[in-house]
Amino acid sequence: LSFVSCVDNSKPNYQYMPNMYETVSYEPYGAYDVFVDEQEAKLPVEGTVSRGWRPYEYENSPEGFAAAKAENTNPLPYTESNLAKGKALYTIYCAVCHGDKGDGKGILVQREKILGIPSYDDAGRAITEGGVYHVQYYGLNAMGSYASQTTIEERWLITHYVMSLKNELLGSPS
Amino acid sequence: MKKVKYRHSATRIVFLSVSLFFSFNALLLAQDAPQESELSGEQPDVQETVQGPEESNVEAAASSGDAAAGKELFNTLCAACHKLDGNSIGPALRGVGERRETDWLHSWIKNSQALIAAGDAQAVELFNEYNNVAMPPFPQLSDGDIDNILAYVNAPKAVPKEQQAGSEAGAGSGSSGGGVSTDILLGILAFVLLMLLVILYLVNKTLRRFAVASGVELPVKQKRSTPIWRSFVENQFLVIVSAVLLMLVGSYFAYGYLMQVGVDQGYQPIQPIHFSHRIHAGENQIECKFCHSSARVSKTSGIPSLNVCMNCHKSISEVAEGTATEEYSKEFYDGEIAKLYDAVGWDVSSQQYTGETEPVKWIRIHNLPDFAYFNHSQHVEVGGIACQTCHGPVEEMEIMYQNAPLTMGWCINCHRETNVRTAGNEYYEKVHEELSKKYGVEELTVAQMGGIECAKCHY
Repeated sequence: LSFVSCVDNSKPNYQYMPNMYETVSYEPYGAYDVFVDEQEAKLPVEGTVSRGWRPYEYENSPEGFAAAKAENTNPLPYTESNLAKGKALYTIYCAVCHGDKGDGKGILVQREKILGIPSYDDAGRAITEGGVYHVQYYGLNAMGSYASQTTIEERWLITHYVMSLKNELLGSPS
Repeated sequence: MKKVKYRHSATRIVFLSVSLFFSFNALLLAQDAPQESELSGEQPDVQETVQGPEESNVEAAASSGDAAAGKELFNTLCAACHKLDGNSIGPALRGVGERRETDWLHSWIKNSQALIAAGDAQAVELFNEYNNVAMPPFPQLSDGDIDNILAYVNAPKAVPKEQQAGSEAGAGSGSSGGGVSTDILLGILAFVLLMLLVILYLVNKTLRRFAVASGVELPVKQKRSTPIWRSFVENQFLVIVSAVLLMLVGSYFAYGYLMQVGVDQGYQPIQPIHFSHRIHAGENQIECKFCHSSARVSKTSGIPSLNVCMNCHKSISEVAEGTATEEYSKEFYDGEIAKLYDAVGWDVSSQQYTGETEPVKWIRIHNLPDFAYFNHSQHVEVGGIACQTCHGPVEEMEIMYQNAPLTMGWCINCHRETNVRTAGNEYYEKVHEELSKKYGVEELTVAQMGGIECAKCHY
């Protein structure tokens, strides 16, 4: 309806008898006085392990990276559906910089927003499964951690797809 | 839609006359427009011509290597951690050839870790100075490649850069000045019109006085026999018709007013940080779920935490020249990024976190009352609904606003029209078979699956 009077777009509209509009319980992302910094989202106690989650054993250091690169392997089977899922996730989280083909020519690189994205077949990096997972988990130098956006399984799915991209770039698709 | 105090009042006539005046002005403004577009058309030219000498400078300085090839290598391999001027993860590189020996640089770039392991004093010192961050080895680079990179890096900072900044600032103020000048122009025109009115009135008055003085008979308005309101009241049919009309119009507006109570469509508060979806999701084509990652898995598609911001803004501390618009300048956007750095406690000069953090109090725009249950992941992952269906063209929004009304009728309408995505979903195999037999249809809408039952959303 075109006739909307007394409405200011910078404020929420009037409500009529908002009985159960506001929650009594605490909502995620809410701000409440009882919490530190008013943040409802509180950190879990360090060292605790929730069900269905496992801590990552390698530490965030050059040594941890080297160890993960050398010994950590992908627990997921290498299937078509896993690859498709990995591709979907890769397109969301990685392709923006690394490019759809993994050649380091994503949209942000083309627009020169972020530079210095290496290709996956970069010989000096010689990426391995464990290394890819490690970098997703902790980030490496300019790249940040993606552990907050993806789960353990999803990171391995992405790793799958990244390795297949590397193989394609090297000219040996498996 | 704006607050209007007196919808039907005499001031309207004034508005009408003003709008008439503006419609004439449109012609004048139309003359202005091409000039502005010419101006904006010129800008890239200016940049190109200014950038020209910079590059040629670089090439001139390249004595031992090809700086242009070096630039490309630098951008793909080095720029992640190094800037030419200013610290990043690694040190600033401009003029590094004057600080270090070329042979040392070669071996360092090829394999810095080996150099450190070998106990090279210079290397160890440098490694410790930059927080023990290891630089990856680059065995694929030939000596020629490294020479090219060094040639690019060693080139002195281009002199015309300040001029470039100056000229661009000039162009920027020029274009923003265009906006100001139209305002001034309008003001002047309005003033002129006002003066004209006054002059006309005065002229008329004096002419009449002259006419009276010289004995010319002025045409005198004849008085009506009956005033118009009396003739209106006497015509009973007209009174009834207009009364009915008035009631209809009145109820239309009254109903319209009542139906928009509690609807926040178009709600657009001012956020603590001016986050532009237009730049992030539109121009840079960042996937929606990159930041709003929990939309895939959770009921709540959360606002991204600041670590997601820093994944990119560690490297992007200021916006590009081309990003600034007439409304929002580059300085404005840079200031907003600085606000982000304050919130996460990132020190740009030392490229380190200070540890002093402060959460950003974003203002939530899309609010459902507490008694309605909405689950993002069910709609996004299972239903495969595009984000824009409900949230509108977010990638075009400079400032986020609520696009859909989010009323119950709006929800139910979509549930009646949308088919359930049963293909490839095991869960639906049997359900689909049975229900489609029951309803005699191929495709099931959400409503047919029970998607408009009370308990589905309201427990």
